[in-house]
Amino acid sequence: MEFGDTLTRTAEMAPQLDVGEKLVLNIGPSHPSTHGVLRLVLELDGEVITKADCDIGYLHRGDEKIAENMTWNQFVPYTDRLDYLAPLANNVAYTCAVEKLMGYELPPRARVTRVICCELARISAHLLGLGAFAMDVGAMTMFLYTFTEREKIYNLIELLTGARFTTSFTRVGGQTRDLPPGFLEGVKEFSEQFVGRLDEFGKMLNRNRIFVDRTKDVGVISAETALDFGLTGPNLRGSGHGYDVRKSFPYLGYETYDFEVPVGQAGDCYDRFAVRMEEMRQSVKILLQAVAKMPEGAWMVEDPKNVLPPKDKVLTKMEELIHQFLVVTQGPDAPPGEIYFGAENPKGELGFYLNSRGGGVPHRLKIRAPSFCNLGILNTLLPGHTVSDVPAILGSIDFVMGECDR
Amino acid sequence: MSEVAADATADLVSAVKILPEFRGESSWEVPKEKLLELMRALKEEGMTYLVDITAVDNHGEDPRFEMVYELCDLTARRHLRVKTRVPEGEAVPSVSSVWRGADWHEREAWDMVGVKISGHPDLRRILMWDGYPHHPLRKDFPLEGLPTEMPDIAFTAKAPLEGGPFVTSPAPFSHEREPRARPAEEKSL
Amino acid sequence: MAESVTGAMGYNSKVEGNIVLTTLDAAVNWMRKNSLWPMPMGLACCAIELMASASARFDIARFGAEVMRFSPRQSDLMIVAGTVTYKMALATKRIWDQMAEPKWCIAMGACASTGGMYRSYAVLQGIDHLVPVDVYVSGCPPRPEAVLEALMKLQDKIAKSRGVVLSQKQAA
Repeated sequence: MEFGDTLTRTAEMAPQLDVGEKLVLNIGPSHPSTHGVLRLVLELDGEVITKADCDIGYLHRGDEKIAENMTWNQFVPYTDRLDYLAPLANNVAYTCAVEKLMGYELPPRARVTRVICCELARISAHLLGLGAFAMDVGAMTMFLYTFTEREKIYNLIELLTGARFTTSFTRVGGQTRDLPPGFLEGVKEFSEQFVGRLDEFGKMLNRNRIFVDRTKDVGVISAETALDFGLTGPNLRGSGHGYDVRKSFPYLGYETYDFEVPVGQAGDCYDRFAVRMEEMRQSVKILLQAVAKMPEGAWMVEDPKNVLPPKDKVLTKMEELIHQFLVVTQGPDAPPGEIYFGAENPKGELGFYLNSRGGGVPHRLKIRAPSFCNLGILNTLLPGHTVSDVPAILGSIDFVMGECDR
Repeated sequence: MSEVAADATADLVSAVKILPEFRGESSWEVPKEKLLELMRALKEEGMTYLVDITAVDNHGEDPRFEMVYELCDLTARRHLRVKTRVPEGEAVPSVSSVWRGADWHEREAWDMVGVKISGHPDLRRILMWDGYPHHPLRKDFPLEGLPTEMPDIAFTAKAPLEGGPFVTSPAPFSHEREPRARPAEEKSL
Repeated sequence: MAESVTGAMGYNSKVEGNIVLTTLDAAVNWMRKNSLWPMPMGLACCAIELMASASARFDIARFGAEVMRFSPRQSDLMIVAGTVTYKMALATKRIWDQMAEPKWCIAMGACASTGGMYRSYAVLQGIDHLVPVDVYVSGCPPRPEAVLEALMKLQDKIAKSRGVVLSQKQAA
C-alpha cells in the first residue's frame, strides 16, 4: 500500500470530510518572522493558506510630505532611513536623482567613491537579509556570522562618514568630505578576506538538507508575473529575468566596471538566496576594481551658488561663508521640471520622481520603493503554501518596511 | 474592421500631447478618457514594466490632480512618462488590468492624495488605516496633521512644529528666498 | 592563613557556612536586574542596532539579556526601538499591557523618545505618551554601546527600587 505525505492525504480526504470553517490567522505587526512591522491576515484551511492579505503602513512616517518642506540637502538624512540596511545606497540614489535634475556631471573621484559606497551597502544589506532569512528558516548561526562581517563593514563606513549606520554621506554635487587616509586599504583588505567568508557561508547553507527542503520549490514566481508586479532586484533576477539597472541604464560609470549579473532559473526561495550570495561576490569584484582605479582630483561639483563649498574655505574665506549660508538655508536652486532616476539598490530599483517648480524645495518627491512593489506579490503568491512556508517566503523576498511604508 | 481600428489608433495618437524633453526623458500627456486605451497599446508595444505611479496635487490649478505613470521597455531600454490631469471629484481609470502591480500604487494614490480610481478591484487605504478621514499629501493638509480619533484602532494628534515648517520658496532674488513659516495652503472651496 | 585569604572584609564560606545575610529586596532586585529578558519592539532602523548589540561584538548576553523572546508574556523589558507611528501605537500599548509585572521600558533612539526627526502627521511623538518609560536613549540610531549603557542604568534603577517589600506593605 502506498501512503502519500500528510498534505496529499489531506487533499485526498478533503472531499469526503466536512471541511468546516476556515481559520483567520493574524500574523500581527509584531512578530519575529515579519522583518519589521508587516501584518499578514491569512485565511487558512488547515495548514494551507487560501487567502492572504498584506497590511502595510505601520511604519508610514510621512517622508514624502516632509520632503515638500525640506531643501534638497536637508532631505538626505531621511533617505538613510528608507532602506535602513543600506543607507549609503539610498543616499547615493537620491543625490544622483537631484544631480540629474540640476544637470550636474560628477567629477570622476566622486563617481568612484559613490560606487564603493553602493557596493559596500549592497554587501551589508545582503548579509543581513541572508542572516535574517537563515535565522527564520532555522539556522541561527548564520545570523551571528553575518553580523560579524557587517561589523567589519561598519568600521569602514565609520572611518569614511563618521557614523556606523545612518550615514547621510552624500550631498547634492558630491559628498560631505574626501576619503580619509587608510580607507581604500581597508576596503581592499576587507574585500580580500570576504570571499573566503562567503565560501564558508556557502558551505553552511548551500547543500544543507533542511535549508534546501525548506526553500526549494517554495514561493515560485515566474518571470512574467514578477515583471507584471514590478518586482526588481534579486527577486526578479531569481525568476530568470536579467534586468539590472546598473547594466540597462548605467549611472556613476558602472559601464566601465567588469562584473556579471547573476540570474536564477526556478524563481523559488533557494534561487533568490543563491542570487544574493553571488551578487555579493560580484560586489567584491567591483570594489577591488574601484579601489584600483580611484582617481585624484575634485570630489565636488564646481558650482558655488548651489553646491556646498569645502569646509576649510568656509571657515576662512568670506565668499565661501556666504555661499555656504545661502546653500544651507535656501537650498540648491533647482530648475523647474520633472525627472525620474532609478538606481540598483540591494532590494531592487530605488527610484526618485522629482517634480520641481524651481527653488530649493521639491514640489513633489515620490520615492519608488522596491520593497513596496516586491510586497505587492504576496497576496497572489501565498495562497497554496502552508503557514510554515511563510517565514521562508518573507525572508527570501527580503523587504524592508522603512522603504515600503516610507 | 481594420478601418475602425485605424480610426481608433488615429484618434488615440491625436489625443496624446508630446511634452518637451527634459534631461533626456520623454513625457506624454493624455486626457484621462484615453488613458486605458493608451496604456494597453503601450504594453502591447513592449512597455511591460510599470515602474511607478505618482499622484501630484497642484493645489490652486484646475484640473487639480495629476497622475504620472512611469513606464519602461526593458528590451528597447527606454523609459516613458505618461501624465494625465484629473479634476477634483472625478475618477481616473485603473490600469491594474494592464499591469497587476498598479494595484497597490493606485491604492496609495487614493490614500495619500485622494484621487479616485474607477474600476479598481479593491480600493482601500494602504498606508493610513481604514477610516482615517484625510488625504495627507494634499497641499491643504498641514504637515503636523490634524487630530482624529478612532477608538481601539488609532488616534492622531498635531505634531509640535512651533509655528509651522520654515521653508524657502522659489524666487529670482536670494533675499526673497529666505525660509519663512509656511502653513498649509488654504482649503479649496 | 589559608582560610581568610580574602582578608577581614571578605566572605569566607568556612566561617559563614554558605549563608549570606541581606535584605529580600536586594536579593530579588539582584536576580531581576541580571536576567532582564527584553521584548524587542523593533520597529525601524534602531532594531538593526539592537540586533547588533545582541550579536558577537557587543554581546548583550553579558548582561543576561540575550533572550530576546518576541512573546510579551515571557519578557520583562520592552525595548521600543524605532519610530512609533500612530497606526502602530495602540498595538505597542496592547503588547505592553500583556507583559506581566514587574516590567520596564527603554525608549531606544530619538524616534521612540520624542518622535525624532519625523515631525509629521503620522508619527507618535514619543512612546511615553502611551507607556511609562524608564530609560531614554538618545541617538539616531544609538550605538550599541549606548544601548548597553542604558541597560546598565536600568539595572542601577532596579537595584535601588523597592522590589518585594512594597507589596507586603500594601497587603498590611
